[in-house]
Amino acid sequence: MTLEAPTRTGRATRPKAVPESPASGWALVVKVALMALVDALGIYLVLRFAATDQMIIAGVVAAALIIINIVYFRAGNLPAKYVIPGLIFLLVFQIFVIGFSVFVSFTNFGYGHNIEKPAAIEAIQANSVTRLPGSEAYPVAVLDKGGELYLLATASDGQALLGSATTSLAPAPEAVFEGGQAKGVPGYTTLTLGDLLQKQEAVTTLQVPLGASAADGYLKTVNGLNAYRFTSTMVYSPETDTMQDLVTGTVYVDNGEGNFESSDGTNLEPGWKTFIGLQNYATAVGAGGQTDIIGVTVWTFVFALMSVFLSFTVGTFLALVFNDRRVRGRRVYRLIMILPYAFPLFLTGLIWSGLLNQQYGFINEVLLGGVQIPWLDDEWLARVTVILVSVWFGAPYFFLVCTGALQSIPEDVLQAAQVDGVSPWQLFRHIKLPLLLVAVSPLLIAAFAFSFNDFNTIFMLSEGGPANPSSPIGAGSTDILITVVYKLAFQSGSKDYGLASAFSMLIFLIVLAISVILFRRTKSLENVY
Amino acid sequence: MESIELQELEAVARSQPLEEPLVIKPRRRTPTQWLTTVGWRHAVGLIACVVALFPLLYIFSASLNPSGTLTGSNELFREVSTQNYVNLMSDPGRPFLRWWLNTILVAGVTAVASVFLCALAAYAFSRLRFTGRRVGLGALVLTQMFPQFLGVVAIFLMLVVIGNAVPALGLNSLLGLIVVYLGGALGVNTYLMYGYFNTIPRELDEAAKLDGAGHARIFFTIILRLVAPILVIVGMLVFVGISGEFVIASVILSDTNMQTAAVGLYGMMSFRNDNWGVFAAGAVLTALPVMIIFLYAQKHIVSGLFAGSGK
Repeated sequence: MTLEAPTRTGRATRPKAVPESPASGWALVVKVALMALVDALGIYLVLRFAATDQMIIAGVVAAALIIINIVYFRAGNLPAKYVIPGLIFLLVFQIFVIGFSVFVSFTNFGYGHNIEKPAAIEAIQANSVTRLPGSEAYPVAVLDKGGELYLLATASDGQALLGSATTSLAPAPEAVFEGGQAKGVPGYTTLTLGDLLQKQEAVTTLQVPLGASAADGYLKTVNGLNAYRFTSTMVYSPETDTMQDLVTGTVYVDNGEGNFESSDGTNLEPGWKTFIGLQNYATAVGAGGQTDIIGVTVWTFVFALMSVFLSFTVGTFLALVFNDRRVRGRRVYRLIMILPYAFPLFLTGLIWSGLLNQQYGFINEVLLGGVQIPWLDDEWLARVTVILVSVWFGAPYFFLVCTGALQSIPEDVLQAAQVDGVSPWQLFRHIKLPLLLVAVSPLLIAAFAFSFNDFNTIFMLSEGGPANPSSPIGAGSTDILITVVYKLAFQSGSKDYGLASAFSMLIFLIVLAISVILFRRTKSLENVY
Repeated sequence: MESIELQELEAVARSQPLEEPLVIKPRRRTPTQWLTTVGWRHAVGLIACVVALFPLLYIFSASLNPSGTLTGSNELFREVSTQNYVNLMSDPGRPFLRWWLNTILVAGVTAVASVFLCALAAYAFSRLRFTGRRVGLGALVLTQMFPQFLGVVAIFLMLVVIGNAVPALGLNSLLGLIVVYLGGALGVNTYLMYGYFNTIPRELDEAAKLDGAGHARIFFTIILRLVAPILVIVGMLVFVGISGEFVIASVILSDTNMQTAAVGLYGMMSFRNDNWGVFAAGAVLTALPVMIIFLYAQKHIVSGLFAGSGK
């Protein structure tokens, strides 16, 4: 690298005066404009978060904004001025993400447990309504306003009442009557019989609350013409924190895991978000007989180790073969051989999945003359296949690095060995390989950490399959830990964010521990050679 | 943790010219000698090249094959037509052009922004002395151990909340995705840049300071110019890495029009056999910019990978 002389800026000839103040002239203008922009954005964020009842976030943003203003408008504290812009993103989307993952991993957050307890109580009561025996019939009309359905009921005293699923029933004095029955309200569209038939399901499931609480009951219609009062058969008692079914008499108790549970173990749905301690971790490490989690972990290790080992072996072999000046056209070889590494990884997986397709794939149909080898459909063969594909793009990387490392071995060392008459194998085993390992061992560790979480190869190539129906967490034969996290959180029906986060943290701990141990050993390796 | 000696490795990688001048004049060899010394190496190279090239040639051939199916693609280069490319561009159900542009936009903005933010931080770590400097550097290395996609669940839940308040930063927003990526790109790359900043002699800053330049002028007009090579390398590394990112993008971008090529092409593959030709065309177009960057910057990217970052 050549260093350009700083005098090129043309200002070096200035007389040596007092150091320029940090912000003067145009710099000050730019600075104030930038800060105005940041403040405007920040205030907008604070207002928006406050408007959506996220008071804690609003407060944190406001505090951050104040700190930023202090740092940039006060003289001094130079390091903070340079570090803060990046630090903000790092804090929110890296450090906080780690903390929040830990938090979620201690909860039961997921499908069926994604609301707070009071909301869950309301929902349970709303889900279990029956018609109040002997209650009066209200003639109703169904109205539509902006896509939301409303019930317009006429009470026995002739008063019109209007409400929807989200607004409870209230008098509607502006209603238009027809033959003693309220038929419409200005601004709303009254549904015709044809509309009613079309929207039958939406109409019959419409529950208009009679009061603020689910305990007040609902107005429901079965045919769009008459409505009846419905009340919940579930009664919540705050004193005992229990839910009772009035019909069967069953009492459901808060089981501490975000559900009301009866004595025979039946849960009421939905549940609510709550802390469940180490339960996700217990599940993750295989408590309760879910032994396939151990299997997934073992396979993740095997996959990562094998793909790094084979990639390194093949890469070193190629590097040795081509680290010979007598071979012409090495540049061309090199260029072609690194193409797999330059190719986007997610496409590598998708393309090989096509090539290896059992029925129509190129490998089976053309190269092997129409055999039907289940490359990705047999449990064991699929495991071998994903490792081999990871070597396809991994070996070129090690070929490149090892070529560089081999060339950095001092010529005189090799010549001295040749003078001593060692065989090529001995030369490799006792001189080249040890020096190579010292140079690339940090890269081997990084490659291991990468393969351990190589989502793209597994997910695009085999999607974790072939499927293993006996797995309680839905892990297929080639699923590694990170694909299990993804499937648990985003693809399974249960959307188990808590368990998925617990897995994430375990992956983190495993990779961290291994890296630390290996880096230590690398250091001792350096001392030996 | 600083034992990784990134800089040293990098220096080694950078200082090694790959073709050294010939010192020994090759003597004439008999064909047998040639086979046992050099010939077999060409044989190995040929096999390696075929293995490396054939899937890429195959997908290129499939993208030109008008049959469009997996089965039909097995006869390499038998027919050549642009039909798949036309189909790829003309189906509003899978707006590939949008995906492609989204990818370039997200990867490009993330690359430029993270280069700038990392350069600022690297300057502070390299040139200024402050309490918490060493701890900060250590923390940067440590955050590398937590690849951002491990926190995908937390990121998703955070964006739901943020999106309720500010939709432009929430789910289904490219800006939201970029902001998330920025958080993940900083740790690794700041450390990489820090090493390079240290190789710029401090005397240059001192001289400029004596001439009356403030810290901002020193940074923007002197330092940034001298570290330009590492800025380009980091920018390209981030671009290549982000353009192939699937996990976070697939969770944040569910709206077809908002997706990146990685998410869109994966979704397109649900009917593997029928869509194969169109997928192949999309794959070729998606891979093209990444491979051009990669081959252009081959040597630099490898030395960057020496520092343990990369795709």
